Amino acid sequence: MSLLELTEVTRSVRLPDERMLHILQGVTLTVGAGEHVAVVGRSGTGKSTLLNILGLLDAPTTGEYLLEGVPIARLSNRARTRRRGRDFGFVFQQFNLLPGRTALENVTAPLLYAGGRQFWSRRRLAAEMLTRVGLGDRLDTMPEKLSGGEQQRVAIARALVRGPRVILADEPTGALDVETGGEVMDLLDEIASQTGAALVTITHDLAVAARAERQYRLADGVLVPIRLDRDSDWVGDVPTLVADRSAMTERRLPTGTGLGADLGADQGADLGADLDQDLDQDGARA
Amino acid sequence: MTGVVGALVEAWDELRIHKLRVLLALVGVACAVAAITGVTAAVSMLKQAFQEQTDRGMGRQVTLMVNVYPTGPDSTMTTDMDAVFAQVLDRYSIEYASRQEWTQVPARFPDGTRSLQVTAVDQDYAVINRTVPVQGRWFSDEDVEAFSPTLVVNEAFLTSLGLVDLSTHPTVLLGGEAPVRATVVGVLKNDWPQAEPMAFVLYDQLHRWIGIDGNAGPPGQVTSIASGSAMAMQSFPSMQVWVPTGAASELSDAIQHDVAATVPGWGVDVSPNGDGSDPIGRATKWVGIGVGGFALLLGGLGLVNIALVTVRYRIREIGIRRSFGATSGRVFFGVMLESVVATVVAGLVGVVIAVAIIKNIPIERVFGSQIDDMPPFPVSAALVGMACATAVGALAGIIPATVAVRVKVIDAIRY
Repeated sequence: MSLLELTEVTRSVRLPDERMLHILQGVTLTVGAGEHVAVVGRSGTGKSTLLNILGLLDAPTTGEYLLEGVPIARLSNRARTRRRGRDFGFVFQQFNLLPGRTALENVTAPLLYAGGRQFWSRRRLAAEMLTRVGLGDRLDTMPEKLSGGEQQRVAIARALVRGPRVILADEPTGALDVETGGEVMDLLDEIASQTGAALVTITHDLAVAARAERQYRLADGVLVPIRLDRDSDWVGDVPTLVADRSAMTERRLPTGTGLGADLGADQGADLGADLDQDLDQDGARA
Repeated sequence: MTGVVGALVEAWDELRIHKLRVLLALVGVACAVAAITGVTAAVSMLKQAFQEQTDRGMGRQVTLMVNVYPTGPDSTMTTDMDAVFAQVLDRYSIEYASRQEWTQVPARFPDGTRSLQVTAVDQDYAVINRTVPVQGRWFSDEDVEAFSPTLVVNEAFLTSLGLVDLSTHPTVLLGGEAPVRATVVGVLKNDWPQAEPMAFVLYDQLHRWIGIDGNAGPPGQVTSIASGSAMAMQSFPSMQVWVPTGAASELSDAIQHDVAATVPGWGVDVSPNGDGSDPIGRATKWVGIGVGGFALLLGGLGLVNIALVTVRYRIREIGIRRSFGATSGRVFFGVMLESVVATVVAGLVGVVIAVAIIKNIPIERVFGSQIDDMPPFPVSAALVGMACATAVGALAGIIPATVAVRVKVIDAIRY
């Protein structure tokens, strides 16, 4: 049984002019325990909406979402909220640390909503988690005194402190330079694999996406499996793209794109645009 | 359990982090609670001061004044009124009573003999009328059997003797043909600035040593209202009795009936000095509640205003907390609790301020007289103030809490 299972999920919203905007269309996705899945796509393609649905912050318009085999639609709001706090850890692009609170207090915050031992031992657990992400000596430091990478480490510690089953990372390296982003992803991968938590990363950075065991591309609300091979088949410093919409047409990114190993956010966005164009052409041909 | 503790911890953290905001919001509430508590305490003190003033003039609540008076020009008193009064006190188990008689007695002052107003009373008079000497003492048991009368005089009397205190154990000759030397044992404050010299003497001693006309005579025997020169000096038997408020009316009727039965041909009037009601206290209490309530309303409005602004400022934080698993109920409760915790703290500060003010108030200057029985600090007022502050905090918290709950999580995180 999969940990998360989306079947033909759609998400639509009504615009002020009464037109319907279809953000997600027939999304089917399964995530197993301990798996690392990445979703790439351009801005505005519905990546965050997908993540919000996975994290129970939003609900599908149609389709089914099973969490450990339990249809989410059958859960009450309260039960959904409780499962969100217990089973999911969120890592945001802008870190979203609570202002005015130290690193330790930020990591303690989710434990205020836990029960029993986790609640009463919250400071110790938070301190241990911060030590684990390498910030054991910065417990009482305010977020604004920390570097971007350190702030994201605090955010990761906060996401993991309740021992979630799934870590949902929305552009976790989006606000970091490439080197720091790489370090943060190393940490995220390492801790996720140590804790056995599934990791769903949303990014437009292909280098980040390539770290995942499975990759998907989201374009115009449609989720398509792709394959970014990080180690074996790079063109220059760019990972090989294997996209499959219907016939799994395999293509290699054009050489000489000028993309280096330091795939920053903007470069990633450019690359995403290239990907979209390429895949759209594939689709047209198909 | 963890939910409640967690919400409290969260609320306290918010207050700790946003100290300045909290401080600004709570100044009004603290002032309001200080006003409610302080005004209630001040009202209580004012009431006590007023009551004590009244008690000094008319006796404590409720004092019955028993007056026996002639109903015609030939009324003759043959009854031993002291014995009648004693029977009444014994029959109704009345603890505090004082016979009273007023007379003028010649007194030898350094500047000559003057007619001195003397009030004959029993020892209990001081208890009933809250009479406390500013110097010396009131009458004691030993004074009743003393071989010379003792006096408690006013300051004007002492001044007339050319003295300022009792260190020389002053005495004065009282009476006309056979004067007796009386010792001054206590001094009372003058009733008003230009007061004439006056003295209290024990009832039995007046009759034993001085007499109601200035000459010694048997106590409790008033022979006739038409007995020549003594007439002008003569007063009629009267007695003050201090009775429980609830029994005043019943005892009044019973005493009137019993005494009247012993003195046929004489009138007996038993009148209370009040009905135990406290119209001034009630009025001032409502004034206090009105002032405090209005101040609390203003403080509460300020709190709502700042809380609303703060919630809008904290929308992203609320969204983040929702992602941690904070239920809407928890968010509502948390935001409201911040307000409640804040106002409770403000309430405590307000009570402390009120206590500090009340304990340091210059009582004599403010109330015009000292208060003998200082009323205890009104704990009930402090509790009412705290309860009001908590209620205002809860009400002021409902609006921002509702706003916080209605925030869409996804929008809040991106805010």
